[in-house]
Amino acid sequence: MKKHVWRPLYVVLGLIGCILVFRMFYIPDDFGTHDRGYTFGYHRLSNEQEWKEYPAKYKGTEYCKDCHSEKVESVAGSQHAMISCENCHGAAFGHPEEPAKLTIDRSRDLCIRCHSALYMPTSGRNDIPGIDPAQHNVDSECSECHNPHNPSLEDM
Amino acid sequence: MKRRDFMKNTAMFVAGASVSLSALELIDPQEVLAANPELRWGFLVDTHKCVGCGLCVKACKIENDIPLEANVTRTWVERYVIKKDGEVVMDSPKGALNGYTSKLLDQNKSGMREVADKDIAQAFFVPKLCNHCETPVCVQVCPVGATYQTADGAVLVDRKWCIGCGYCIMGCPYGVRFFHPIEHVADKCTFCYHRISNGGNTACAQACPFGARKIGNLRDPNDPVAKTVMGQRVGVLRDEYGTKPQVFYIGLNKEVH
Ligand code: HEC
Ligand code: HEC
Ligand code: HEC
Ligand code: HEC
Repeated sequence: MKKHVWRPLYVVLGLIGCILVFRMFYIPDDFGTHDRGYTFGYHRLSNEQEWKEYPAKYKGTEYCKDCHSEKVESVAGSQHAMISCENCHGAAFGHPEEPAKLTIDRSRDLCIRCHSALYMPTSGRNDIPGIDPAQHNVDSECSECHNPHNPSLEDM
Repeated sequence: MKRRDFMKNTAMFVAGASVSLSALELIDPQEVLAANPELRWGFLVDTHKCVGCGLCVKACKIENDIPLEANVTRTWVERYVIKKDGEVVMDSPKGALNGYTSKLLDQNKSGMREVADKDIAQAFFVPKLCNHCETPVCVQVCPVGATYQTADGAVLVDRKWCIGCGYCIMGCPYGVRFFHPIEHVADKCTFCYHRISNGGNTACAQACPFGARKIGNLRDPNDPVAKTVMGQRVGVLRDEYGTKPQVFYIGLNKEVH
């Protein structure tokens, strides 16, 4: 056969060779079929470790105890005991170094997440004492009258 | 003998025994162990306990660096109002990032809608998140192996490998995947893999004041979540798709999909 018939074939073979060489360098060694088989587990193994090392932002109420013990005790003995501090003050990542202070959210929006009265007969929402935010002391922040750390109406 | 050793030995014995039974079929004990590891993350949602405060959504977004104002979220809460005449009205404004504070239901283009208390037969909230399915559709459709399942059941996305084609986002029957506005890759709930792998709780479960969300090890018979899943009537979303979701719901209505 003539040379010009073979030539395109060499080009194709060369291309395939290039792709294989590129692939060898580009695809990491730990890429392959892992625990969950080819269908569900074909991946780069070190990515699992990368996800495990993602920085956590929320610390949990236990963490606050060392420095704000008074607040922690006050909340723990109140009707708000089940709300973790960071829900109202934001994630404690870096605190107290950076940021030195956590935010204090005095907005009415925070409280009415739970306390806006809705009629939800087959949910826990109905068991929370509710107010109508459009009626209940509209011009002030809730914490001017209620103590968020111990909201008992008797202690007001 | 430790539990771990016992499991290992049992697996080895079973593997050995099956080799002698079917002498031609080679069984790798490694494979048997992988098919039956001691850890499988599962999630339990109690819809009776959810009050729709949306603190889980806020915590999830902050923990996982999903921009608060972007209209995407890894977890969200839906409100269902079922009227006495059978009509179902549902909403989830901003995925409940700011909670449910009004009786008005957000019906998108058709505006706000109010349902009178006296017309309501049932009303409740349903938190949603990735189901970390046993046979995840999203993983099967990925053309580059960027999304995968770990041995302990979490479905994750490799951000360095994802090419952003969007097949997985289209493929997920639960709509839990979205395009990350900053990373420009597919994104989804990881069960807070960085927290649970290091002995912590998921951000959403930790934030929930009412215990409506719990994560646990389905392979541990003493785990509270595993106990409930085995011993109580729980449901999963869209069972008919055959994806075998691993997020279980207490108090699921047929109106919820
Ligand atoms: C290592 C000690 C330490 C820990 C742990 C700690 N804090 Fe603080 N926190 C501080 C210090 C110090 C300040 C600054 C007090 C000041 O300047 O009045 C502060 C300030 C604050 C403020 C602002 C107070 C103000 O008057 O503006 C809040 C809110 C707060 N912390 C909440 C928390 C919460 C919630 C946690 C737990 C998740 C926590 N802190 C954990 C030491 C700590
Ligand atoms: C329901 C929401 C809520 C929860 C839960 C909560 N706080 Fe607060 N916190 C507030 C608000 C609102 C203020 C501002 C009070 C004010 O204006 O007097 C505040 C103020 C503070 C302050 C600074 C001002 C002060 O009174 O000395 C600290 C410190 C603090 N909180 C710590 C905590 C800690 C620690 C916890 C958890 C044990 C916690 N908070 C739980 C809402 C909350
Ligand atoms: C996560 C939901 C949640 C949030 C947010 C919340 N609360 Fe509460 N609050 C509750 C629950 C639940 C109770 C009642 C517990 C019980 O039944 O004893 C309660 C009780 C109260 C009470 C006492 C009502 C009564 O009848 O005894 C007051 C007042 C109150 N909260 C004010 C506030 C204020 C002010 C804020 C904002 C700083 C706030 N709450 C934020 C859940 C919440
Ligand atoms: C000007 C002071 C004031 C402000 C501001 C205020 N409250 Fe009250 N609140 C009261 C008083 C007084 C009561 C008890 C008497 C009553 O039921 O009206 C009360 C009662 C309540 C109750 C109990 C209702 C019940 O039926 O048991 C809740 C819950 C409550 N408030 C939440 C809030 C929330 C949330 C805000 C902010 C959006 C807020 N309050 C702002 C003074 C205030």
